Amino acid sequence: MNRQTQAAVLLLIGVALLHGALSDLYLRYVKEGLRPLLLAAGTLLVVTALATAWYEWRRARREERGTGTGTGTGTGTGDGDGTGDGDGTGDGDGDGTGDGDGTRGHAHRESRVSWLLVLPLFALVLVAPPALGSYSATHTGTALQQPYGYAELPAGDPVPIGLVDYAGRAFYGHGRSLEGRSVRLTGFVAVTPSGTPYLVRMALNCCAADAQPVKIGLTGNIPPVLQPNAWLEVTGRYTARRTRDPVNDGPIPFLRVTAARPVPTPRDPYDETWNN
Amino acid sequence: MAISKPAPPGPAPRSRGPQPGRRGQEGWHFNSSLALTMLLPVVVVAQGPIRRALATPVMQSWMTVFVAMVVQALPFLAFGALLSAAIAVFVPPSFFARALPARTALAVPVAGVAGAVLPGCECASVPVAGALVGRGVTPAAALAFLLSAPAINPVVLTATAVAFPHDPRMVLARFLASLLVACAMGWSWQRLGRPGWLRLPTPTEHTGPSRGERFWGSVRHDTVHAGGFLVLGAMAAATLKTAAPASWLLTAAGEPVLAVLTLAVLAVVLSICSEADAFVVASLTPFSLTARLTFLVVGPMIDLKLFAMQAGTFGRGFALRFAPATFAFAVAGSVLTGTVLL
Repeated sequence: MNRQTQAAVLLLIGVALLHGALSDLYLRYVKEGLRPLLLAAGTLLVVTALATAWYEWRRARREERGTGTGTGTGTGTGDGDGTGDGDGTGDGDGDGTGDGDGTRGHAHRESRVSWLLVLPLFALVLVAPPALGSYSATHTGTALQQPYGYAELPAGDPVPIGLVDYAGRAFYGHGRSLEGRSVRLTGFVAVTPSGTPYLVRMALNCCAADAQPVKIGLTGNIPPVLQPNAWLEVTGRYTARRTRDPVNDGPIPFLRVTAARPVPTPRDPYDETWNN
Repeated sequence: MAISKPAPPGPAPRSRGPQPGRRGQEGWHFNSSLALTMLLPVVVVAQGPIRRALATPVMQSWMTVFVAMVVQALPFLAFGALLSAAIAVFVPPSFFARALPARTALAVPVAGVAGAVLPGCECASVPVAGALVGRGVTPAAALAFLLSAPAINPVVLTATAVAFPHDPRMVLARFLASLLVACAMGWSWQRLGRPGWLRLPTPTEHTGPSRGERFWGSVRHDTVHAGGFLVLGAMAAATLKTAAPASWLLTAAGEPVLAVLTLAVLAVVLSICSEADAFVVASLTPFSLTARLTFLVVGPMIDLKLFAMQAGTFGRGFALRFAPATFAFAVAGSVLTGTVLL
């Protein structure tokens, strides 16, 4: 990969990062808090690409002049920082990353690995894979952990509450903080091989690679047809029924559903409450 | 330890520089710009079939994990490259000669503790350590920095404290074990390491006529180069994460020795960023605290992604020796610390 190509790839990746961070696309892959970093990194990559292109252009100009005069003295005065000797014959510097002509085994091998950078670029721009769904949820054990405490539920009937929050209150708090209340939560559907329908939210700490599901079992008035990965907003009440996740023996509380309706994928498909 | 620079690949192409007409555009030859220009429309045209081929649930979660790893790591990598370029271009070698003790045995722990000031994950520390070696820092100290920086900086330690609210000693144990292992690796390199194993970063190729050109050349090279290896590591880690069944973990948790080794291997395989690994391992409650500490110590020091990046920066010969040694030291160090502290 020669320098111009590197500049082009960096520019494309930088623009893709900016695009991902400016739309809500990045929320499928990383936590919300990384957005400023993504914007800064995208800008940095674009600037690097532009700087590379600019120096390439200057190098080409210098070469033209340098090979023309042969001695080339003084052609570097435009550098402005005093380090440039304006040696017109120095044009070959920096070829170490390879010009892609395959004559230098080492440089060529180095440059070949850089080609891999186009893979995430295509994946991000052309495919934009969805946030982790029921496949990961059924193949990973629930990550429900004991909460620090149970804050007073806000007013409202039914009260909107996070799925992870409900799971913690229901399992570790034995539903005491949920007594007499109807709750409304959002998650996607995952169905185990044994047929139990789960409502799942992936909890994320940094990026999707560390996302872990928190699952609750659905019982009561559940819709007759449950499509895996479909997002549902369910209303229901605490039930003492509970089970263990066959994958990791983790705790899974249940919810007695009174109503369920399909909803579009939320803006941030992951639960990020653990980041705070 | 003085290190004689092995002939870097840089000078060879430089001597070719004046060859007339090699870079001239006469004649049509296949170069990478052309390849990229041709690749782009082909992929855009073929995106329908590509998408269909990737529509299975396994492939989708593979891609999501893969893209997530790269997107999450790229900012840290890019800023690591920026910092390493600043070190390589603007900080004179004399600064490090003054800042670090002259005796390598002392420079190692100083560099190890200095790792605490680089707030980021392991992707940033690889290019920075490369720049340090290029700037004349003795490799033993630079390697101690490389190993300690991703594990003992305040961001990572805070995350660990949040993930283990009931075991605050985990934070101390992680700090001490990581520092211990980093120093042990540095001292071992000082005693046993051979200069030839380390293919030094090639600063010669950034000897452009102006500082700006060298600076941006270094940023570009480090990002593109380490980025390629990052992609390689992310692909391997995504494959293993998607393919490996999670249920076998449970059976390993019961055996103390097996538990430690399992989580150590898992840390290598999963290649989770050091800022997030504590949250993942905190939920593995069937495992002992020592086993989970091993995960936290091994992960930032050596994993698939890091191995690929180290191989890219310091050479494959280096990585093949350094990685197993780091793994062994990290496991031993965390078991020791875990036995004493936890």
